[in-house]
Amino acid sequence: MTDPVLRTRGLHKSFGALVATDDVTLDVRAGEIHAVIGPNGAGKSTLIAQICGTLAPDRGTVTLDGEDVTALPARDRARKGLARTFQVSALAMEDTVLQNAVLGALGARGRPWSFLRAATRDRNLRDTAEAALHRVGLIDHAATHAAELSHGQRRQLEVAIALTLAPKVFLMDEPMAGLGADGSKQMTSFLDGLRTEAPILLVEHDMDAVFALADRISVLVSGRVIATGTTAEIRSNRDVRTAYLGEDA
Amino acid sequence: MIRETWLNAATLTLLVAVPAWALVVDEPFTITLATRAVIFAIAAVGLNIALGLGGLVSLGHAAFFGIGGYAMGILAHHAQTYVPLEIGPLTLAGTKSMPVIWLTAMVTSGLAALLIGMLSLRTAGVYFIMITLAFGQMFYFFAISWPAYGGEDGLSIYVRNGFPGLNTLVPIQFYGLCLGVLLLVLGGMFLLARSPFGLALNAARQAPGRVETVGLNGQRVKLVAFVISGVITGLAGALFADLNRFVAPTMFSWQMSGELIIFIILGGTARLFGPVIGACVFVLLEHLLGGLSEFWLVYLGALLLIVVLFARGGIVGLLSGRRAVHD
Repeated sequence: MTDPVLRTRGLHKSFGALVATDDVTLDVRAGEIHAVIGPNGAGKSTLIAQICGTLAPDRGTVTLDGEDVTALPARDRARKGLARTFQVSALAMEDTVLQNAVLGALGARGRPWSFLRAATRDRNLRDTAEAALHRVGLIDHAATHAAELSHGQRRQLEVAIALTLAPKVFLMDEPMAGLGADGSKQMTSFLDGLRTEAPILLVEHDMDAVFALADRISVLVSGRVIATGTTAEIRSNRDVRTAYLGEDA
Repeated sequence: MIRETWLNAATLTLLVAVPAWALVVDEPFTITLATRAVIFAIAAVGLNIALGLGGLVSLGHAAFFGIGGYAMGILAHHAQTYVPLEIGPLTLAGTKSMPVIWLTAMVTSGLAALLIGMLSLRTAGVYFIMITLAFGQMFYFFAISWPAYGGEDGLSIYVRNGFPGLNTLVPIQFYGLCLGVLLLVLGGMFLLARSPFGLALNAARQAPGRVETVGLNGQRVKLVAFVISGVITGLAGALFADLNRFVAPTMFSWQMSGELIIFIILGGTARLFGPVIGACVFVLLEHLLGGLSEFWLVYLGALLLIVVLFARGGIVGLLSGRRAVHD
């Protein structure tokens, strides 16, 4: 079996007396969607921050494609193939949808030191950006300002920017949040096809989506992974049922 | 958008027509006033790259304005006294050539901007404002206490420096030169704002986390913007010193930094012509109100208050009917 694309080993982070991440070891293998679920306050955001590099763990390592990236800042991890989407959209709101996607393409190129030619007229940048917008279904809104997009469209744009990076692994922080039933269904079928391109670490509250998509699920409670397994295993796991899913799950 | 283009065209027309009219009716003072406005505009367009595009509110840009001024003052001073300039082991002759002076002004203010930017960009928000202010004040007090070049009294240059093919002592010719520089700088700003670099800079202002997430170094992009900004403001400083044939520590004063910010807010933040219109309005008010009352700054303050409260997009935003580019 090949090495996992993304792996954390013994990640630990505490804030004073509060242990936010407690010895978290998990991996994301090629071709899979690995979902991380957990109640509010379980430490999902803290875990994501350590994986993408905006927060340094007290102990433990993060490995990306066999390379230890624990000491690298977020932008270096991004350049090595880790593409994240934000729970609360972080877009350049005054810029157009196309400009936001072109920024992703520019990041993939790695060098922003070009001062004269218009960014949206650069054939390579534009092609990459438009291809990504086409895939998420936003191409008709290319000229719209990000601030004028609906909530769901902003989520789509988040994913489009991640696509422009042609990453080795996606880290998606609640891509279904606030999407509504239809939007959630669309996003689910889109992510379903995406896993063959690059595996996804999916942190999500929407249980229907998680159980429809995930190949494996890890359950995070109080900063600790209490169970990892297939959807069937997680469904029947007694600890998970009592700790998280509730009696009637 | 279209109305803004018309407004820009109208501004350019006035910048050509008013001095031309002044030439015909023989009003050289009006030409000098217009030159002053154009030079302030160049300085403020420079600041607008850092402030408008990058969101870097620098209250220390007088440092670059002053460095440009002193680059001119020192080089011309050595030329007019025939005393060579000694920097360590180097011995240089002074010069009265504008292109050489401009280059010196741009390189030195660029280096200063690199140093100040590297230290200041470790902070953000109010701290960034304060640390840039502190650097500006350091230059101000250094200039005051440096006796070699006039100290507090400043430095007079008897004859305006020369530019190949022009007689810079003729007001309209010097004005034309300054207007040419302004147009070049505006052209550069227009291209820069749309370039990949400008896109990254704009995004670094609006969503810093996003820029890092796509793998770009937002701080480095901001630093480069700060240096470009300082270079342009430094060039304007050299021109300003040549206009007055005089350099003084007041070019380094924090009031000068504040005025540059006022030009931008008055005209419209991040608008291509915002600083130009702001500088023109400021010079006009300074002349008209300054003649009526020595407390003219009170009226300017009131105007600024109105703009900030009711027209966030500045004069350009108000007249073009478009909301603020950003707050």
